[in-house]
Amino acid sequence: MSTAAPTHEHGHDHEHHGPAPGLSRWILTTNHKDIGTLYLLFSLLMFFIGGAMALVIRAELFQPGLQIVDPHFFNQMTTMHALVMIFGAVMPAFVGLANWLIPIMIGAPDMALPRMNNWSFWIMPFAFTLLLSTLFTAGGGPAGGWTLYPPLVLQTGEAFPFVILAVHMMGASSIMGAINIVATILNLRAPTMTLMKMPLFVWTWLITAFLLVAVMPVLAGAVTMLLTDKYFGTSFFNAAGGGDPVMFQHIFWFFGHPEVYIMILPAFGVISMIIPTFARKPLFGYASMVYATASIAFLSFIVWAHHMFTVGMPLAGELFFMYATMLIAVPTGVKVFNWVSTMWRGSMTFETPMLFAIAFVILFTIGGFSGLMLAIAPADFQYHDTYFVVAHFHYVLVPGAVFSIMAAAYYWLPKWTGHMYNEKLGQWHFWLSVVGINVLFFPQHFLGLAGMPRRIPDYALQFTEFNMISTVGAFIFGISQLLFAYNVIQTIRGGAKATDQVWEGAKGLEWTLSSPPPYHTFQTAPRVD
Amino acid sequence: MAISRIAQGGVVALGSALWGWSTGAYAEYELNMPQGVTSISKDVYDLHMLIFWICVAIGIGVFGVMFWSIYHHRKSRGAVAAQFHESTVIEIIWTIIPMAILIAMAVPATGTLVRMADARDAELTIKVTGYQWRWQYDYLDQGVSFFSTLSTPQAQIRNTASKGEHYLLEVDNPLVVPVGKKVRILTTAADVIHSWWVPDLGWKKDAIPGFINEAWTQIDKPGIYRGQCAELCGRDHGFMPVVVKAVSPEEFEQWLVQMKAQANPQTAQNKPVSLSATVPGGQTL
Ligand code: HEM
Ligand SMILES: [Cu+2]
Ligand SMILES: [Cu+2]
Repeated sequence: MSTAAPTHEHGHDHEHHGPAPGLSRWILTTNHKDIGTLYLLFSLLMFFIGGAMALVIRAELFQPGLQIVDPHFFNQMTTMHALVMIFGAVMPAFVGLANWLIPIMIGAPDMALPRMNNWSFWIMPFAFTLLLSTLFTAGGGPAGGWTLYPPLVLQTGEAFPFVILAVHMMGASSIMGAINIVATILNLRAPTMTLMKMPLFVWTWLITAFLLVAVMPVLAGAVTMLLTDKYFGTSFFNAAGGGDPVMFQHIFWFFGHPEVYIMILPAFGVISMIIPTFARKPLFGYASMVYATASIAFLSFIVWAHHMFTVGMPLAGELFFMYATMLIAVPTGVKVFNWVSTMWRGSMTFETPMLFAIAFVILFTIGGFSGLMLAIAPADFQYHDTYFVVAHFHYVLVPGAVFSIMAAAYYWLPKWTGHMYNEKLGQWHFWLSVVGINVLFFPQHFLGLAGMPRRIPDYALQFTEFNMISTVGAFIFGISQLLFAYNVIQTIRGGAKATDQVWEGAKGLEWTLSSPPPYHTFQTAPRVD
Repeated sequence: MAISRIAQGGVVALGSALWGWSTGAYAEYELNMPQGVTSISKDVYDLHMLIFWICVAIGIGVFGVMFWSIYHHRKSRGAVAAQFHESTVIEIIWTIIPMAILIAMAVPATGTLVRMADARDAELTIKVTGYQWRWQYDYLDQGVSFFSTLSTPQAQIRNTASKGEHYLLEVDNPLVVPVGKKVRILTTAADVIHSWWVPDLGWKKDAIPGFINEAWTQIDKPGIYRGQCAELCGRDHGFMPVVVKAVSPEEFEQWLVQMKAQANPQTAQNKPVSLSATVPGGQTL
């Protein structure tokens, strides 16, 4: 791809303004780059808050017996950790990447709906302040798990309505963000940027945005029914009033399973951008990547009850959800094979983004394997609600989604800031993270298989060794993230000047811009061929 | 005062932890799923191992290719990038082969699932009711009913006493079942959702208020089998174990007689809400 230089842009220097001065730049901004930055920094903050909660959990689980926290507080930590990480860290990070990158990847001047963009971001800090503040209400924060199952969640104290409101706010923010992304991709592409020329990151986000628009309202409906069950005398989920507690789980997972793909499809996109760059070879199977992403998105709507194999569904239901879930392994496999084939006979170098991308491919695949095992319903009767599931979803979410975000940060940071990050520190961060994460989560497979349930603050003695190892891994991983924050901040503040191309093998419109790009870019559509 | 008490507690905790290590009170750890003591649990174990080895094989293949490539196709070794970027044939092959593997896994999985769902012809029916935070067991046709509650002393949990061998996996009254007999287990709950799980039996089943779920087991080997509540059910979710004692049929009969004689008055008033209104699908008890 290359761009034809915009010819008339500098002819009449119309209202080319830079950012507003001071704080108002950030509060009032409608600029996709500023909003992208805000999202990314917000998500980094949430990553540390959620991480601190995880370390409380792991510290308590270091040894059998109750040492540090009360079981009720422990349950608040597991619940809050998940909510903060999912809705506060991973999702906003991807929206931040979308904001920064989609316009400069498709040759658009900005997002299609810039004022709404400002609003979708600025809802988030309020939503999370509200959510986190519930930890200080009478009865504490939510403690029924991020899945919010009734009747248990209805036992939440004063925090309850605030939690529901916070979930509504996050949902509204996500929906607006998603609409904006769809509108931008479908309407603002440079005329020569046809759909099948779009970078994969843009494709995966387009599909993710449709998933978001489809399922966030379902979550909103589910939590609203919880609210009316608690305060307005309805009995949607109350068996004694003629309702059905299992119905909540169906509704929740109709949202919940697509939600897990919302957290991984953009990651697939990122990895599909990074591997070709450092293999210096075009992505293998571009079209099949697009179709695989679309099939995964479609299948994600018909597999939800694999989270509910033990609730007592009829045999036919169990079989259907088992087969449908197993099918997801096919398009997922296609993706992995394509990444490996892209590396095959390339000319690879291993800068930090590539290291994270390679670790992603390996460790995400391990998470996919355990996913396949969990899909086998009769075996899931053993695995369900144990640490085996905890290991599964952390493998797909941490060295999966989170590593892809880190890879993306290292990959595009020089473009965004105009400075190279510290490569040596990046490598240190990578190796400590990759060792830490495996020490942290691999033993959890054994714990689950040996019979340790999830969400417990104390455990039987035969689980001691692996819990200790896991906790050690957690602290290694957690502390090494400080290197990441330090490296990012130092790169923002200064450092070696980055070239426009940044990476030898980088292809795509964003690399034709200067590093850092001007405040407004592509006010005239570039040409793509 | 308070501080010294905390310090004292800390010292005791540390001491007991060390003592635990040195005297081997830390039970043997396990890496894998137990094979269990029923034909179903063995089927589930075989299924688990089958899928596990398939995943290992695929993993070795995929990661093997990848590492080979990482080693040989690196710029520092002078590799020059090829420029191929698709191959319809290969892409069709690696869609079809996984499909075939999946079908090979689905066949035995379906068989096991169908067998697990068939609770007909049970010789004994026990209703298990989850409460925050204990279990109630009702032998429906025998009129025996009792609660089963964690028996680990608080002092062990609070680290002021050293932990026993079955720390957190011990109860006052275990569920007693005869070996060699098909036992139907109905699960329900009185407050929030719980999940009744004994790994050696090969399954767990949610206990849901307003629902009665059905499962079954037939234990081959006498012994004591331990498990836990598996569904988050509030503060003491980690403290409501399940203990099943499988005994010979004769011993079981004796136990029943003894239980009936004891005629425990306290269980009668603690029955959960009317069941007839909550049985799904017109199932009768
Ligand atoms: C090959 C693809 C995958 C398959 C077949 C699969 C299958 C499953 C199954 C059957 C469960 C339910 C386990 C149980 O509770 O007993 C599960 C749980 C979960 N999976 Fe996956 N999965 C796959 C990929 C992913 C991906 C890509 C993500 C997210 C990035 C993900 C995130 C989760 C999460 C968060 C849970 C647990 C939710 C909870 O109970 O809190 N999975 N998966
Ligand atoms: Cu799922
Ligand atoms: Cu429980």
